[in-house]
Amino acid sequence: MTELLCVRNLKVSLKAPSTSREGWVLRGMNLTVLAGERVALVGESGCGKSVTALSILRLLPRPPMEISSGQIEFKGRDFGNLTPEQWREIRGREIGMVFQEPVSSLNPVMSVGEQIAETLRNHSELSAGEIRARTLSLLARVGLPGPTRLRSQYPHQLSGGMCQRVMIAMAVACGPSLLIADEPTTALDVTVQTQILDLLFRMTEEQRLAILLITHNLNIVRGHADRVVILYLGLVVEEGVPDEIFDHPQHPYTEGLLAALPEVSRKGRTLYNIPGVVPSPFEAITGCAFADRCPKVEKKCRQSMPPLIETRKGHQVRCFYPSGR
Amino acid sequence: MLLSLRKVTKYFPVQRGLLGRPTAFVKAVDTVSLEVGAGQIVGIVGESGCGKSTLGRCAVGLLEPTSGEVWWDDLEIKGLTVHQKRVHQRKFQVVFQNPYASLNPRQKIKDILLEPLEVHNLLKPSQRLEFVKGLLTQLGLTEEDLTKFPHEFSGGQRQRIGLARAMTCQPELIVLDEPVSSLDVSVQASVLNLLSHLNQENGVAYLFISHDLQVVGYLSQRLLVMYLGSVVESGKTEEVLGHPRHPYTKVLLTASRGRGSLMEGEPPNPAQTPSGCPFHTRCAYAEDRCRWEKQQLLGGENFWEVACWKWDRL
Ligand SMILES: Nc1ncnc2c1ncn2[C@@H]1O[C@H](COP(=O)(O)OP(=O)(O)OP(=O)(O)O)[C@@H](O)[C@H]1O
Ligand SMILES: Nc1ncnc2c1ncn2[C@@H]1O[C@H](COP(=O)(O)OP(=O)(O)OP(=O)(O)O)[C@@H](O)[C@H]1O
Ligand code: SF4
Ligand SMILES: [Mg+2]
Ligand SMILES: [Mg+2]
Repeated sequence: MTELLCVRNLKVSLKAPSTSREGWVLRGMNLTVLAGERVALVGESGCGKSVTALSILRLLPRPPMEISSGQIEFKGRDFGNLTPEQWREIRGREIGMVFQEPVSSLNPVMSVGEQIAETLRNHSELSAGEIRARTLSLLARVGLPGPTRLRSQYPHQLSGGMCQRVMIAMAVACGPSLLIADEPTTALDVTVQTQILDLLFRMTEEQRLAILLITHNLNIVRGHADRVVILYLGLVVEEGVPDEIFDHPQHPYTEGLLAALPEVSRKGRTLYNIPGVVPSPFEAITGCAFADRCPKVEKKCRQSMPPLIETRKGHQVRCFYPSGR
Repeated sequence: MLLSLRKVTKYFPVQRGLLGRPTAFVKAVDTVSLEVGAGQIVGIVGESGCGKSTLGRCAVGLLEPTSGEVWWDDLEIKGLTVHQKRVHQRKFQVVFQNPYASLNPRQKIKDILLEPLEVHNLLKPSQRLEFVKGLLTQLGLTEEDLTKFPHEFSGGQRQRIGLARAMTCQPELIVLDEPVSSLDVSVQASVLNLLSHLNQENGVAYLFISHDLQVVGYLSQRLLVMYLGSVVESGKTEEVLGHPRHPYTKVLLTASRGRGSLMEGEPPNPAQTPSGCPFHTRCAYAEDRCRWEKQQLLGGENFWEVACWKWDRL
């Protein structure tokens, strides 16, 4: 399969507004997505998942953030030197984006139908009637009841999950070849969630849509992704096929994540959580970023950063002492 | 009773005629009754758009029900004076589903968190900052975060700031609207641990809205299942999740075990709710009677209720 998106050694810096200290949000991120592939990006809150998505689309809040080095290629084109026109084409048509907080990323003073229609108008040559029909069918496909009525409603009149689905409809409206979806189903109950994921995954097969799915729902990852990338403090720490990673996690961080899942059967017991917190972007780190929280830490871990190595076929891990070997 | 809702109904106008009069309504919440005692945790689950957030807003007095009553500490909200309402409001907090929209973008976190302590004159002034710092640490945030603005955080960090703000008011009840939905499992675990600690140590009660059955199941003692604005089943959490009675609850559970969505048909348009049982258009067991007979909540021992006439024959 051909490479669709390729992110190489991406570093994103962050300036503290008051002190002008410099920190790092991404510390050398590598990521590839093949055409039609479903890649899940997983990691602790604050580790840089949304920033990865935003830097691909050049939507970083600048300042305080800045891409300081690295390369982003999409369909063989370098994203470093595109004209504003080319960017508009890419953002609306080639790459669809579902933002993490849908209610705040929709336009509050425009009806949802008008927002979808505008996307279609800007990126296609459809007639007014076709746009209308397309808008209605998109709303129906994401499982929204009563599309005709909904079309003329405003975001504040919709529930959280409904806004999330409007965003999804908008992101896939122009048939993109890559969809970046940041927690697209967090506000959705299981039945609707399954419906949306089924829809998206059908599109990966029928239209060779590739998906970069940011999620903390490990069940979704296991059931739906071709590959999972686990991020910690702006670096990939483990990567591979979901079944392999979940059955044989090798990085202590991944092991911790899997142990923290809440279950009705664990009721009344304190849930396991990985001790400590994600270090702030401003903390200087020489060795392994996870060292301070790792149950297996050794002297070596604090001295140099472990490289990402392939331990089995298609399974990479960034740890000096990976489990199960 | 700390909180009690009696036959609460909330309609929203969605279409207006020529004279600006509403001609169509969404029945977001339809005759819902529920009670939360001091220190109790009640969970609410249900499909997206079924009225959970609307119900939560009615419970804390942010929305006025179209009909029905909301009682705080055995006082009906409608009868409270402005002053009384303000005094009580502190005890009934809400953490919104969309944290960004509910935080003032021009206030630093420090001010966002200290404000309620000052307004309600809680704690000695010298203790306030320490208290706020302690809370942040327990939520996996740091002291450095105090000087930042809401937009400088990731989605999950912002969600925890919303939680911290509700907690600084030292409430007796918090409506938690999807409070852990954007947290990874490890941070989610520490937040759930903190919630359960506050509940056990300080007796804070929760109305816990979530679509994640594992999370609600882990925390709540009682569970309400909503469908299209109505409660279709309620009972002890273990019982509802272990032996669901209502066909909709059964579907929800099967789906949550990853067996696919087994629901037939489209979700009904909430502006044109079906006659009879609201679930009949998608229920695998529906018969003629379901189509015309409005379902009552039938009850039994241990305070369970189910809105399906043939629940015991499924
Ligand atoms: N506008 C901003 N200004 C300053 N710092 C920011 C800004 N946005 C994000 N950050 C910081 O950058 C880091 C990475 O944030 P990011 O939003 O990518 O996290 P995330 O992995 O998406 O987390 P979550 O799962 O909570 O959404 C965090 O430490 C966050 O506090
Ligand atoms: N201000 C409003 N005006 C018109 N309709 C509204 C308004 N607020 C909510 N609704 C409608 O009421 C219904 C219930 O919405 P609510 O936000 O309570 O759902 P929810 O159960 O919280 O869903 P979710 O899980 O997606 O957050 C929806 O059909 C929604 O469109
Ligand atoms: S490199 Fe060392 S500190 Fe880092 S995760 Fe592996 S064992 Fe732990
Ligand atoms: Mg994020
Ligand atoms: Mg809601």
